[in-house]
Amino acid sequence: MNLTSQGAENTMGMNFDNLNNLHIDVFKEIGNIGAGNAATALAKMLNKRVNMEVPKVKVLQFKEVNEILGEPEMPVVGLLLNVKGDLSGSIMFILQQEAAHILVNILMGNPLEDFSEFDEMGLSALKEIGNILTGSYLSALSTLTGLDIMPSVPEMAIDMAGAIISVPAIEFGKLGDSVLYIETEFSEGTTKVVGDFFLVPDVDSYEILLKALGVIG
Amino acid sequence: MENVIKVGMADLQASSHPAVLTTLGLGSCVGIALYDNSTSIVGLAHAMLPDSKAARNSSNAAKFVDTAIDALLREMLKIGANRSRICAKLAGGAQMFSFSNSNDLMRIGFRNVVAAKEKLSQLRISILSEDTGGNFGRTIELDSSTGILLIKTIGYGIKQI
Repeated sequence: MNLTSQGAENTMGMNFDNLNNLHIDVFKEIGNIGAGNAATALAKMLNKRVNMEVPKVKVLQFKEVNEILGEPEMPVVGLLLNVKGDLSGSIMFILQQEAAHILVNILMGNPLEDFSEFDEMGLSALKEIGNILTGSYLSALSTLTGLDIMPSVPEMAIDMAGAIISVPAIEFGKLGDSVLYIETEFSEGTTKVVGDFFLVPDVDSYEILLKALGVIG
Repeated sequence: MENVIKVGMADLQASSHPAVLTTLGLGSCVGIALYDNSTSIVGLAHAMLPDSKAARNSSNAAKFVDTAIDALLREMLKIGANRSRICAKLAGGAQMFSFSNSNDLMRIGFRNVVAAKEKLSQLRISILSEDTGGNFGRTIELDSSTGILLIKTIGYGIKQI
């Protein structure tokens, strides 16, 4: 298959291994708009000005995957939503634990450096933050594509980065040998918060997504 | 200095003694540790999906439980392992997220463990011990000097199997 061909190629065997530059740009744009929407939602929630860096879109081989967030054993917060509607699949949002603490502390009015274990209230706040961020991300994607996208209630897990990432990685594994992820950096004042989105369309949804965006015929 | 060899996701490694094979942050994937106690040759695979035959793209043997075990066994025999002395230990296969409607995505950890057991039984490799399931991640280390599999978690302690 010609890796640089664009347009009306056969997409039956389409996966993230043979993404061309145009596709990467499209996902970068999805990431940009989605994360931009998420940043706006975050700013409203925190009632603070939130800046966002241009998201980094990366396609990685599995071997590198469990190190993308740093140490694979480092605890992170993962939020997973299933998606139904015109698209099916899942979306995962990962926050490093420190970043999660900072967001919760801003929201709850606690001192920023309070890294004590999350209580019931903190966990609930965290889930809500994840819900709003992924929800606004998906709603941007829905507006952009005209597709109906319905997210489920998020499930949350706090555990080793490698273990959390294994969940979207396995889904990508069904499609090919690489993983697509979008890293977004938010900042509030001098406080930086890095979040990672993994958008995992099902096999057929991937094609629907690219079609809706007019990338493939 | 110990000879520590890292095994990534969808990856496998075999080594002669002395070596410590480790895979960090194992989630729903399954870690298959093989050990030959006559030569102290060790092997570790980190497989993501149960069945290579159900996949569209199966070029990477280490990705699937069935082909990973075959490939790992081959690697170990190549460096002199004694087929009849090889035993297995399993770890991982967790369900990291709990959704009420348990679809494929959620049950993949369990299915990975079942697939590993089936494949090992077909190959007549006995499973000495396992630490599988649950809803937490694991880091595992296989030590060629003892054949012990060390399992580390966040909040669920450390154990040796």
